Amino acid sequence: MSVDAATVRRIAHLARIAVTEAEVPHLQGELNAMLAFVEQLSEVNVDGVEPMTSVTPMEMKKRQDVVNDGEIPDDIVRNAPETQNHFFLVPKVVE
Amino acid sequence: MNVSVKPGKLIKGQTGDWEVVIGMEVHAQVTSKSKLFSGASTEFGGEPNSHVSLVDAAMPGMLPVINEECVKQAVRTGLGLNAKINLRSVFDRKNYFYPDLPQGYQISQYKSPIVGEGEIIVELDGGKTATIGIERLHLEQDAGKSLHDQSPSMSCVDLNRSGVALMEIVSKPDIRDAEQAKAYVTKLRSILRYLGTCDGDMEKGSLRADVNVSVRKPGGPLGTRCEIKNMNSINFIGQAIEYEARRQIEIIEDGGTIDQETRLFDPNKGETRSMRSKEEAHDYRYFPDPDLLPLEFTQSYVDELKKKLPELPDQKKARFIESLGLSPYDAGVLVAERESAVFYETVLDGLADKTRDGKLAANWVINELFGRLNKEGHGITASPVSASQLAAIVGLIGEGTISGKIAKDLFEIVWTEGGDPRELVESRGMKQVTDLGAIEKVVDDIIAANPDKVAQAKAKPQLAGWFVGQVMKSSGGKANPQAVNDLLKAKLGI
Repeated sequence: MSVDAATVRRIAHLARIAVTEAEVPHLQGELNAMLAFVEQLSEVNVDGVEPMTSVTPMEMKKRQDVVNDGEIPDDIVRNAPETQNHFFLVPKVVE
Repeated sequence: MNVSVKPGKLIKGQTGDWEVVIGMEVHAQVTSKSKLFSGASTEFGGEPNSHVSLVDAAMPGMLPVINEECVKQAVRTGLGLNAKINLRSVFDRKNYFYPDLPQGYQISQYKSPIVGEGEIIVELDGGKTATIGIERLHLEQDAGKSLHDQSPSMSCVDLNRSGVALMEIVSKPDIRDAEQAKAYVTKLRSILRYLGTCDGDMEKGSLRADVNVSVRKPGGPLGTRCEIKNMNSINFIGQAIEYEARRQIEIIEDGGTIDQETRLFDPNKGETRSMRSKEEAHDYRYFPDPDLLPLEFTQSYVDELKKKLPELPDQKKARFIESLGLSPYDAGVLVAERESAVFYETVLDGLADKTRDGKLAANWVINELFGRLNKEGHGITASPVSASQLAAIVGLIGEGTISGKIAKDLFEIVWTEGGDPRELVESRGMKQVTDLGAIEKVVDDIIAANPDKVAQAKAKPQLAGWFVGQVMKSSGGKANPQAVNDLLKAKLGI
């Protein structure tokens, strides 16, 4: 499996990462090197093997249905570049 | 599961009949106090970004921990949809960029949902039913909310909804026309409200539907579908399907092809239109969320929840028909809304003789009470006549203390003035006169005063009705009609 230049541009766009035309060939090479490395895994036969989700047998932790968090709007918007009445302000996203 | 699809209403085009194929994705907000993966409140409204924890705002290093109540609610819903419950399910990340999605992905379930295939029976016009298959139900997070009208150049983002638990309930493409689609959402909403797993409030967005519509020649291969997003009214769903089906038929009959796309319904214009520039939105790059272990529970956990499930509308309807002798139509009306069924059952609890008066009580709830409530624009929960008051009125009719006609007057008094129906009947002298001596005296007086009518009635027995009217009139409607009839027949010799 390998990626072409168009795929690199598309992945960058989907991840909203600005990639200049000059950077594409380099990234393409890096991605293909990584894919080739991961590709070696396909040599292992995993028929009938359940995917491992944890190294030790563990159950998912669950929470009780109680309200014990939130009500901290000052903290929530503290890092935002722009706010108004505790709203985050972002460049207009509607057509 | 083998569901036989009910044929729907075909649409006539220039090239013959067309069949509409509809599948739905309903997003139902899970009833819980806190969010799916955080301890912030799910309460509707609130100041911007107040019901938000650092998890919901996707601050670095925050980890999701699942709310066990949301898991229970999803399992209960699955059981209510007669569906397969998956003892192991997996949470995945659905990746897309939008300002009101701070994580950059929605935690959802993709390949392994918590609930698999099921089915529900929906009620159609004329007492018919259709069975609609359920494909799956999965748990996922709601996104935040963007407001675009507060400023000319900026959008305002509020994360209060971010992380609230949703159940996405996906139907099979078994729905064949707008009526079936509306009946499906109506029934699904009713089941959720009986279960208490979603409040079903469509105005507040607690229940919204994405509707997939395609058209084909009856029995032919499936057409390309369009998805109408975010419908929050059952009537709009019907209108949108009618419009969208005709739009697609016209395009195909004019030699065009349907583009698979997402559309929005404009209720003011009654039409659907394309949402532009969303073509990349479908590349979600799902992968298992490494922050969450698989969700696992035992069959006995499911069995326990099943034991505690409330009676659902279909079961309640069957019980009303079987044990109280209600007609399927009346039983259907009473169970459609949970509140109506609760009201009717409270009336039943107030009756001394349920077997005798159960059916009469159903008539009174449906005809007198619902009729009056509709006229005044009240919901059942705001009824001025309480269930126990109505039970008293029905009991008074059932035991023969008042006639049906007087009962309507009594109902009117209770509606406008309130009070205990039994006391009102006493204090206002509304009791039906069953004392034969008293009725006989009235009958005798009227016969004596109208010798000409007596002669006529002997020749034409149907004129006896005039005498009944006179007796009822002079007794103020309180004479027992059966007793009056019997006495008149004897006295007039007819």
